[in-house]
Amino acid sequence: MKDFEYAAATTLDEAVSLLAAAGTRAKVLAGGTDILVQLREHLRDADLVVDIKKIPDLMAMRYDANQGLSLGASVPCYRIYEDDIISRAYPALTDSARIIGGWQIQSRASIGGNLCNASPAADSIPSLIALDAQCRVVGPQGTRKIPVAEFCTAPGKNALQQGEILVALEIPPPSARSGSRYERFIPRNEMDIAVVGVAVSVRLNEAGDTIESARIALAAVAPTPVFAREASDFLSGKPATPETFEQAGIEARKVAKPISDMRGPADYRVHLVGVLVKRVLAEAVQRAK
Amino acid sequence: MSKKLHVTTTLNGQPTEFLCEARQSLLEVLRDVVGLTGSKEGCNNGNCGACTVLLDGLPVNSCLVLGVEVEGAQVTTIEGIADGSHLHPIQQCFLEGAALQCGICTPGFIMASKALLEKNPNPSEHEIRFELAGNLCRCTGYDKIVRAVQEAAVALK
Repeated sequence: MKDFEYAAATTLDEAVSLLAAAGTRAKVLAGGTDILVQLREHLRDADLVVDIKKIPDLMAMRYDANQGLSLGASVPCYRIYEDDIISRAYPALTDSARIIGGWQIQSRASIGGNLCNASPAADSIPSLIALDAQCRVVGPQGTRKIPVAEFCTAPGKNALQQGEILVALEIPPPSARSGSRYERFIPRNEMDIAVVGVAVSVRLNEAGDTIESARIALAAVAPTPVFAREASDFLSGKPATPETFEQAGIEARKVAKPISDMRGPADYRVHLVGVLVKRVLAEAVQRAK
Repeated sequence: MSKKLHVTTTLNGQPTEFLCEARQSLLEVLRDVVGLTGSKEGCNNGNCGACTVLLDGLPVNSCLVLGVEVEGAQVTTIEGIADGSHLHPIQQCFLEGAALQCGICTPGFIMASKALLEKNPNPSEHEIRFELAGNLCRCTGYDKIVRAVQEAAVALK
Protein backbone atom coordinates (compact mmCIF):
# COMPACT_ATOMS: atom_id res chain seq x y z
CA MET A 1 0.00 0.00 0.00
CA LYS A 2 1.26 3.48 -0.83
CA ASP A 3 2.39 5.48 2.19
CA PHE A 4 -0.16 7.86 3.71
CA GLU A 5 -0.65 10.07 6.76
CA TYR A 6 -3.32 9.14 9.30
CA ALA A 7 -5.44 11.58 11.26
CA ALA A 8 -8.28 10.75 13.63
CA ALA A 9 -10.75 13.65 13.75
CA THR A 10 -12.61 14.06 17.03
CA THR A 11 -15.12 16.64 15.78
CA LEU A 12 -17.09 17.07 12.59
CA ASP A 13 -15.54 20.51 12.01
CA GLU A 14 -12.07 19.02 12.23
CA ALA A 15 -12.92 16.29 9.74
CA VAL A 16 -14.49 18.74 7.28
CA SER A 17 -11.45 21.05 7.51
CA LEU A 18 -9.01 18.22 6.94
CA LEU A 19 -10.95 16.89 3.96
CA ALA A 20 -11.56 20.32 2.41
CA ALA A 21 -7.87 21.22 2.72
CA ALA A 22 -6.55 17.95 1.32
CA GLY A 23 -9.02 17.78 -1.54
CA THR A 24 -8.89 14.60 -3.59
CA ARG A 25 -5.72 13.52 -1.76
CA ALA A 26 -7.71 12.52 1.34
CA LYS A 27 -10.04 9.61 1.96
CA VAL A 28 -12.38 8.98 4.86
CA LEU A 29 -11.85 5.86 7.01
CA ALA A 30 -14.85 4.34 8.74
CA GLY A 31 -14.93 0.52 8.90
CA GLY A 32 -12.13 0.26 6.35
CA THR A 33 -13.46 -2.90 4.74
CA ASP A 34 -13.77 -1.31 1.30
CA ILE A 35 -11.29 1.59 1.35
CA LEU A 36 -8.28 -0.33 2.67
CA VAL A 37 -8.68 -3.00 -0.01
CA GLN A 38 -8.99 -0.30 -2.67
CA LEU A 39 -5.92 1.57 -1.42
CA ARG A 40 -3.98 -1.68 -1.39
CA GLU A 41 -5.05 -2.52 -4.95
CA HIS A 42 -4.53 1.07 -6.17
CA LEU A 43 -8.18 1.42 -7.19
CA ARG A 44 -8.39 4.51 -5.00
CA ASP A 45 -5.61 6.76 -3.83
CA ALA A 46 -4.87 8.71 -0.64
CA ASP A 47 -2.05 10.73 0.86
CA LEU A 48 -4.15 11.31 3.98
CA VAL A 49 -6.63 8.98 5.63
CA VAL A 50 -9.09 10.69 7.96
CA ASP A 51 -10.50 8.32 10.58
CA ILE A 52 -13.99 9.52 11.54
CA LYS A 53 -14.87 6.87 14.13
CA LYS A 54 -13.96 9.16 17.04
CA ILE A 55 -16.67 11.67 16.09
CA PRO A 56 -19.68 10.96 18.35
CA ASP A 57 -22.34 11.83 15.74
CA LEU A 58 -20.87 9.34 13.29
CA MET A 59 -21.14 6.47 15.77
CA ALA A 60 -24.50 7.34 17.31
CA MET A 61 -27.62 5.29 16.71
CA ARG A 62 -30.80 7.01 17.90
CA TYR A 63 -34.28 5.62 17.47
CA ASP A 64 -37.61 7.00 18.55
CA ALA A 65 -40.99 5.59 17.47
CA ASN A 66 -42.12 9.09 16.47
CA GLN A 67 -38.91 10.53 14.97
CA GLY A 68 -37.57 7.39 13.37
CA LEU A 69 -33.96 6.34 13.16
CA SER A 70 -30.85 8.49 12.96
CA LEU A 71 -28.06 6.06 12.08
CA GLY A 72 -24.54 7.47 12.31
CA ALA A 73 -22.72 6.83 9.06
CA SER A 74 -19.88 4.87 10.72
CA VAL A 75 -22.03 2.62 12.92
CA PRO A 76 -20.93 -0.97 12.22
CA CYS A 77 -23.53 -3.38 10.83
CA TYR A 78 -23.56 -5.64 13.88
CA ARG A 79 -24.96 -2.87 16.09
CA ILE A 80 -28.07 -2.77 13.93
CA TYR A 81 -28.96 -6.42 14.08
CA GLU A 82 -27.99 -6.77 17.73
CA ASP A 83 -30.51 -4.06 18.62
CA ASP A 84 -33.92 -5.69 19.08
CA ILE A 85 -35.94 -2.51 18.71
CA ILE A 86 -34.20 -1.20 15.62
CA SER A 87 -34.01 -4.58 13.92
CA ARG A 88 -37.75 -5.05 14.40
CA ALA A 89 -38.58 -1.53 13.20
CA TYR A 90 -36.49 -1.81 10.01
CA PRO A 91 -36.34 -5.48 9.02
CA ALA A 92 -35.06 -4.86 5.48
CA LEU A 93 -32.11 -2.88 6.82
CA THR A 94 -31.41 -5.67 9.30
CA ASP A 95 -31.58 -8.25 6.50
CA SER A 96 -28.94 -6.22 4.65
CA ALA A 97 -26.69 -5.68 7.68
CA ARG A 98 -26.73 -9.42 8.38
CA ILE A 99 -25.39 -10.42 4.96
CA ILE A 100 -22.86 -7.79 4.03
CA GLY A 101 -19.70 -9.93 3.96
CA GLY A 102 -19.47 -12.14 7.01
CA TRP A 103 -19.30 -11.57 10.76
CA GLN A 104 -15.74 -10.20 10.65
CA ILE A 105 -16.80 -7.61 8.08
CA GLN A 106 -20.00 -6.74 9.96
CA SER A 107 -17.96 -6.01 13.08
CA ARG A 108 -16.40 -3.04 11.26
CA ALA A 109 -18.25 -2.20 8.03
CA SER A 110 -20.91 0.51 8.21
CA ILE A 111 -24.13 1.15 6.29
CA GLY A 112 -22.88 4.69 5.61
CA GLY A 113 -19.69 3.31 4.15
CA ASN A 114 -21.60 0.78 2.06
CA LEU A 115 -23.63 3.68 0.66
CA CYS A 116 -20.66 6.01 0.03
CA ASN A 117 -18.71 3.22 -1.70
CA ALA A 118 -21.63 3.28 -4.17
CA SER A 119 -21.28 -0.19 -5.62
CA PRO A 120 -24.30 -0.88 -7.87
CA ALA A 121 -24.57 -4.22 -6.03
CA ALA A 122 -24.41 -2.78 -2.49
CA ASP A 123 -26.70 -4.74 -0.19
CA SER A 124 -27.80 -1.89 2.07
CA ILE A 125 -28.79 0.67 -0.53
CA PRO A 126 -32.01 -0.93 -1.82
CA SER A 127 -33.17 -1.28 1.78
CA LEU A 128 -32.38 2.36 2.49
CA ILE A 129 -34.28 3.40 -0.64
CA ALA A 130 -37.25 1.17 0.16
CA LEU A 131 -37.35 2.63 3.67
CA ASP A 132 -37.24 6.16 2.19
CA ALA A 133 -33.98 7.10 3.91
CA GLN A 134 -32.31 10.49 3.65
CA CYS A 135 -28.59 11.32 3.90
CA ARG A 136 -27.52 14.06 6.32
CA VAL A 137 -24.38 15.53 4.80
CA VAL A 138 -22.09 18.13 6.39
CA GLY A 139 -19.47 20.12 4.52
CA PRO A 140 -17.70 23.47 4.30
CA GLN A 141 -20.96 25.07 3.11
CA GLY A 142 -23.02 23.62 5.96
CA THR A 143 -25.57 20.82 6.20
CA ARG A 144 -27.78 19.39 3.47
CA LYS A 145 -30.09 16.44 2.98
CA ILE A 146 -29.96 14.09 0.01
CA PRO A 147 -32.46 11.26 -0.57
CA VAL A 148 -30.57 7.96 -0.64
CA ALA A 149 -32.26 7.23 -3.98
CA GLU A 150 -30.28 10.16 -5.46
CA PHE A 151 -26.98 9.63 -3.63
CA CYS A 152 -25.21 7.23 -5.99
CA THR A 153 -24.39 8.88 -9.30
CA ALA A 154 -22.37 6.20 -11.14
CA PRO A 155 -20.62 2.93 -10.22
CA GLY A 156 -18.37 3.83 -7.28
CA LYS A 157 -19.35 7.50 -7.33
CA ASN A 158 -21.60 9.49 -5.02
CA ALA A 159 -23.05 12.99 -4.70
CA LEU A 160 -20.63 14.21 -2.01
CA GLN A 161 -18.73 17.37 -2.91
CA GLN A 162 -15.19 18.24 -1.80
CA GLY A 163 -14.91 18.37 1.98
CA GLU A 164 -18.37 16.84 2.57
CA ILE A 165 -18.98 13.90 4.89
CA LEU A 166 -22.02 11.69 5.19
CA VAL A 167 -22.88 12.07 8.87
CA ALA A 168 -26.05 10.01 9.28
CA LEU A 169 -28.83 8.14 7.54
CA GLU A 170 -32.25 9.31 8.60
CA ILE A 171 -35.11 6.85 8.24
CA PRO A 172 -38.76 7.74 8.93
CA PRO A 173 -40.58 5.85 11.70
CA PRO A 174 -42.32 2.69 10.51
CA SER A 175 -46.07 3.06 10.05
CA ALA A 176 -48.58 0.67 11.49
CA ARG A 177 -49.14 -2.43 9.34
CA SER A 178 -45.84 -1.96 7.51
CA GLY A 179 -43.22 -4.56 6.73
CA SER A 180 -39.99 -4.71 4.76
CA ARG A 181 -37.48 -7.25 3.47
CA TYR A 182 -34.22 -7.48 1.53
CA GLU A 183 -33.10 -10.57 -0.35
CA ARG A 184 -30.42 -11.19 -2.95
CA PHE A 185 -29.39 -13.94 -5.31
CA ILE A 186 -25.81 -15.17 -4.90
CA PRO A 187 -24.04 -18.34 -6.04
CA ARG A 188 -23.05 -19.46 -2.50
CA ASN A 189 -25.02 -19.08 0.72
CA GLU A 190 -23.01 -16.23 2.18
CA MET A 191 -20.19 -13.82 1.43
CA ASP A 192 -20.78 -13.24 -2.32
CA ILE A 193 -21.68 -10.03 -4.09
CA ALA A 194 -25.32 -9.73 -5.16
CA VAL A 195 -26.12 -10.90 -8.68
CA VAL A 196 -29.51 -9.25 -8.11
CA GLY A 197 -30.76 -7.67 -4.85
CA VAL A 198 -34.33 -6.59 -4.07
CA ALA A 199 -35.72 -4.60 -1.14
CA VAL A 200 -39.41 -3.98 -0.58
CA SER A 201 -41.25 -1.93 2.00
CA VAL A 202 -45.07 -2.14 2.15
CA ARG A 203 -47.91 -0.67 4.13
CA LEU A 204 -51.21 -2.55 4.28
CA ASN A 205 -54.74 -1.38 5.00
CA GLU A 206 -56.40 -2.18 8.29
CA ALA A 207 -57.93 -5.39 7.01
CA GLY A 208 -54.48 -6.47 5.85
CA ASP A 209 -55.74 -7.49 2.41
CA THR A 210 -54.77 -4.43 0.35
CA ILE A 211 -51.44 -2.70 -0.23
CA GLU A 212 -51.80 1.00 0.56
CA SER A 213 -48.29 1.87 -0.56
CA ALA A 214 -45.03 0.16 -1.42
CA ARG A 215 -41.45 0.96 -2.34
CA ILE A 216 -39.37 -1.47 -4.40
CA ALA A 217 -35.62 -0.97 -4.92
CA LEU A 218 -33.11 -3.07 -6.87
CA ALA A 219 -29.38 -3.76 -6.65
CA ALA A 220 -26.92 -4.95 -9.29
CA VAL A 221 -29.12 -4.35 -12.32
CA ALA A 222 -28.06 -0.82 -13.30
CA PRO A 223 -25.08 1.52 -12.87
CA THR A 224 -26.57 2.58 -9.54
CA PRO A 225 -29.14 1.06 -7.18
CA VAL A 226 -32.60 1.71 -8.62
CA PHE A 227 -35.89 2.83 -7.13
CA ALA A 228 -38.52 0.97 -9.18
CA ARG A 229 -40.98 3.85 -9.19
CA GLU A 230 -43.59 2.51 -11.62
CA ALA A 231 -43.69 -0.93 -10.00
CA SER A 232 -43.98 0.72 -6.58
CA ASP A 233 -46.80 3.05 -7.70
CA PHE A 234 -48.56 0.15 -9.41
CA LEU A 235 -49.00 -1.53 -6.03
CA SER A 236 -51.07 1.27 -4.44
CA GLY A 237 -54.56 0.03 -3.76
CA LYS A 238 -53.89 -3.46 -5.16
CA PRO A 239 -54.97 -6.59 -3.31
CA ALA A 240 -52.12 -8.30 -1.47
CA THR A 241 -52.29 -11.48 -3.56
CA PRO A 242 -49.79 -13.63 -5.46
CA GLU A 243 -51.20 -12.31 -8.74
CA THR A 244 -50.39 -8.76 -7.67
CA PHE A 245 -46.91 -9.76 -6.58
CA GLU A 246 -46.29 -11.46 -9.92
CA GLN A 247 -47.43 -8.38 -11.81
CA ALA A 248 -45.21 -6.12 -9.69
CA GLY A 249 -42.28 -8.36 -10.61
CA ILE A 250 -43.06 -7.90 -14.30
CA GLU A 251 -43.27 -4.11 -13.85
CA ALA A 252 -39.99 -4.01 -11.92
CA ARG A 253 -38.16 -5.89 -14.65
CA LYS A 254 -38.71 -2.92 -16.96
CA VAL A 255 -36.26 -0.76 -14.99
CA ALA A 256 -33.60 -3.44 -14.80
CA LYS A 257 -30.74 -2.61 -17.18
CA PRO A 258 -28.02 -5.02 -16.06
CA ILE A 259 -24.77 -5.85 -17.75
CA SER A 260 -23.47 -9.35 -18.39
CA ASP A 261 -20.40 -10.04 -16.31
CA MET A 262 -18.72 -12.88 -14.47
CA ARG A 263 -21.60 -13.05 -12.00
CA GLY A 264 -24.26 -13.67 -14.61
CA PRO A 265 -25.71 -12.76 -18.01
CA ALA A 266 -27.98 -9.72 -18.35
CA ASP A 267 -31.12 -11.62 -19.36
CA TYR A 268 -30.79 -13.96 -16.38
CA ARG A 269 -30.55 -10.97 -14.07
CA VAL A 270 -33.70 -9.45 -15.53
CA HIS A 271 -35.45 -12.78 -14.99
CA LEU A 272 -34.21 -12.85 -11.38
CA VAL A 273 -35.67 -9.39 -10.74
CA GLY A 274 -39.14 -10.76 -11.54
CA VAL A 275 -38.64 -13.79 -9.32
CA LEU A 276 -37.17 -11.91 -6.37
CA VAL A 277 -39.62 -8.99 -6.42
CA LYS A 278 -42.52 -11.43 -6.29
CA ARG A 279 -40.90 -13.36 -3.42
CA VAL A 280 -39.66 -10.38 -1.41
CA LEU A 281 -42.99 -8.55 -1.78
CA ALA A 282 -44.84 -11.59 -0.41
CA GLU A 283 -42.43 -11.75 2.54
CA ALA A 284 -42.70 -8.02 3.24
CA VAL A 285 -46.49 -8.34 3.23
CA GLN A 286 -46.24 -11.24 5.68
CA ARG A 287 -44.11 -9.13 7.99
CA ALA A 288 -46.64 -6.29 7.72
CA LYS A 289 -49.44 -8.48 9.05
CA MET B 1 7.76 9.01 4.21
CA SER B 2 5.39 9.65 7.10
CA LYS B 3 6.73 9.25 10.61
CA LYS B 4 5.98 6.05 12.45
CA LEU B 5 3.14 6.24 14.92
CA HIS B 6 3.30 5.11 18.52
CA VAL B 7 0.42 2.88 19.56
CA THR B 8 -0.51 1.74 23.07
CA THR B 9 -2.89 -1.18 23.28
CA THR B 10 -3.73 -4.28 25.29
CA LEU B 11 -2.64 -7.42 23.49
CA ASN B 12 -3.67 -10.78 24.93
CA GLY B 13 -4.23 -9.11 28.26
CA GLN B 14 -0.81 -7.42 28.33
CA PRO B 15 -0.23 -3.68 27.95
CA THR B 16 1.72 -3.43 24.70
CA GLU B 17 3.32 -0.59 22.75
CA PHE B 18 4.56 -0.62 19.19
CA LEU B 19 5.67 1.69 16.41
CA CYS B 20 4.14 1.34 12.99
CA GLU B 21 3.54 3.17 9.74
CA ALA B 22 0.00 4.42 9.21
CA ARG B 23 -0.44 2.07 6.26
CA GLN B 24 0.49 -1.11 8.16
CA SER B 25 -2.48 -3.34 8.91
CA LEU B 26 -2.98 -4.89 12.32
CA LEU B 27 -2.10 -8.21 10.68
CA GLU B 28 1.26 -6.83 9.52
CA VAL B 29 1.90 -5.32 12.93
CA LEU B 30 1.11 -8.57 14.75
CA ARG B 31 3.28 -10.67 12.45
CA ASP B 32 6.14 -8.34 11.50
CA VAL B 33 6.41 -5.85 14.37
CA VAL B 34 5.22 -7.69 17.47
CA GLY B 35 6.28 -11.12 16.23
CA LEU B 36 2.99 -12.98 16.77
CA THR B 37 2.76 -15.06 13.62
CA GLY B 38 -0.25 -17.14 14.63
CA SER B 39 -2.62 -14.92 12.65
CA LYS B 40 -2.24 -15.80 8.98
CA GLU B 41 -2.45 -13.86 5.74
CA GLY B 42 -4.73 -15.80 3.39
CA CYS B 43 -6.06 -13.12 1.09
CA ASN B 44 -5.26 -9.69 2.54
CA ASN B 45 -8.67 -8.39 1.46
CA GLY B 46 -11.22 -9.56 3.99
CA ASN B 47 -12.50 -12.66 2.21
CA CYS B 48 -10.90 -15.64 3.95
CA GLY B 49 -10.81 -14.92 7.68
CA ALA B 50 -7.39 -16.52 8.23
CA CYS B 51 -6.30 -13.29 9.92
CA THR B 52 -9.24 -13.21 12.36
CA VAL B 53 -8.50 -11.71 15.77
CA LEU B 54 -10.82 -10.37 18.45
CA LEU B 55 -10.96 -6.60 18.77
CA ASP B 56 -12.80 -5.59 21.94
CA GLY B 57 -14.31 -9.08 21.84
CA LEU B 58 -15.54 -8.85 18.24
CA PRO B 59 -14.10 -11.00 15.46
CA VAL B 60 -12.44 -8.82 12.80
CA ASN B 61 -10.21 -9.38 9.79
CA SER B 62 -6.94 -7.94 11.05
CA CYS B 63 -5.91 -7.31 7.42
CA LEU B 64 -8.64 -4.68 7.28
CA VAL B 65 -7.79 -2.90 10.53
CA LEU B 66 -4.87 -0.46 10.60
CA GLY B 67 -2.32 -0.96 13.38
CA VAL B 68 -3.00 2.59 14.55
CA GLU B 69 -6.69 1.85 15.00
CA VAL B 70 -6.15 -0.44 18.01
CA GLU B 71 -4.99 2.42 20.23
CA GLY B 72 -6.67 1.90 23.59
CA ALA B 73 -8.42 -1.32 22.50
CA GLN B 74 -8.25 -4.96 23.63
CA VAL B 75 -6.81 -7.30 21.03
CA THR B 76 -6.90 -11.06 21.42
CA THR B 77 -5.02 -13.36 19.06
CA ILE B 78 -4.66 -17.13 18.80
CA GLU B 79 -1.57 -16.85 20.97
CA GLY B 80 -3.70 -15.51 23.79
CA ILE B 81 -6.39 -18.10 24.31
CA ALA B 82 -4.57 -21.03 25.89
CA ASP B 83 -4.09 -20.97 29.66
CA GLY B 84 -0.36 -21.52 29.98
CA SER B 85 0.16 -25.03 28.64
CA HIS B 86 -3.54 -25.88 28.89
CA LEU B 87 -5.17 -25.55 25.50
CA HIS B 88 -8.48 -23.73 25.26
CA PRO B 89 -11.32 -26.27 24.88
CA ILE B 90 -11.88 -25.07 21.31
CA GLN B 91 -8.24 -25.81 20.45
CA GLN B 92 -8.53 -29.19 22.12
CA CYS B 93 -11.66 -30.05 20.15
CA PHE B 94 -10.08 -29.01 16.85
CA LEU B 95 -7.09 -31.26 17.58
CA GLU B 96 -9.06 -34.24 18.80
CA GLY B 97 -11.59 -33.88 15.98
CA ALA B 98 -8.83 -33.58 13.34
CA ALA B 99 -10.51 -30.37 12.20
CA LEU B 100 -7.44 -29.22 10.31
CA GLN B 101 -5.06 -30.38 7.58
CA CYS B 102 -2.64 -27.65 6.53
CA GLY B 103 -3.73 -25.52 9.47
CA ILE B 104 -3.55 -22.12 7.79
CA CYS B 105 -7.24 -21.37 8.32
CA THR B 106 -7.25 -22.83 11.82
CA PRO B 107 -6.25 -19.87 14.01
CA GLY B 108 -8.87 -17.75 12.26
CA PHE B 109 -11.54 -20.43 12.70
CA ILE B 110 -10.67 -20.88 16.37
CA MET B 111 -10.90 -17.15 17.07
CA ALA B 112 -14.21 -16.82 15.22
CA SER B 113 -15.54 -19.94 16.97
CA LYS B 114 -14.52 -18.57 20.34
CA ALA B 115 -16.45 -15.37 19.65
CA LEU B 116 -19.41 -17.41 18.39
CA LEU B 117 -19.63 -19.61 21.46
CA GLU B 118 -19.34 -16.60 23.74
CA LYS B 119 -22.25 -14.93 21.93
CA ASN B 120 -24.30 -18.10 21.41
CA PRO B 121 -23.29 -21.00 23.68
CA ASN B 122 -25.60 -23.45 21.96
CA PRO B 123 -25.57 -22.80 18.23
CA SER B 124 -27.31 -25.02 15.71
CA GLU B 125 -25.30 -26.46 12.83
CA HIS B 126 -26.90 -23.88 10.54
CA GLU B 127 -25.92 -21.05 12.89
CA ILE B 128 -22.34 -22.33 13.12
CA ARG B 129 -22.01 -22.45 9.33
CA PHE B 130 -23.62 -19.02 8.92
CA GLU B 131 -21.59 -17.24 11.57
CA LEU B 132 -18.34 -18.85 10.38
CA ALA B 133 -19.05 -18.01 6.72
CA GLY B 134 -16.26 -15.45 6.87
CA ASN B 135 -13.69 -18.23 7.42
CA LEU B 136 -12.67 -20.26 4.38
CA CYS B 137 -10.92 -23.65 4.38
CA ARG B 138 -9.47 -25.25 1.26
CA CYS B 139 -8.53 -28.56 2.84
CA THR B 140 -11.18 -30.05 5.10
CA GLY B 141 -14.55 -29.49 3.47
CA TYR B 142 -15.69 -27.85 6.73
CA ASP B 143 -17.45 -30.90 8.17
CA LYS B 144 -14.88 -31.70 10.87
CA ILE B 145 -14.59 -28.02 11.72
CA VAL B 146 -18.33 -27.75 12.33
CA ARG B 147 -18.27 -30.91 14.47
CA ALA B 148 -15.33 -29.55 16.47
CA VAL B 149 -17.28 -26.37 17.22
CA GLN B 150 -20.27 -28.46 18.29
CA GLU B 151 -18.02 -30.51 20.58
CA ALA B 152 -16.49 -27.34 21.97
CA ALA B 153 -19.96 -25.97 22.75
CA VAL B 154 -20.55 -29.05 24.90
CA ALA B 155 -17.08 -28.86 26.47
CA LEU B 156 -17.58 -25.20 27.41
CA LYS B 157 -20.80 -25.79 29.32
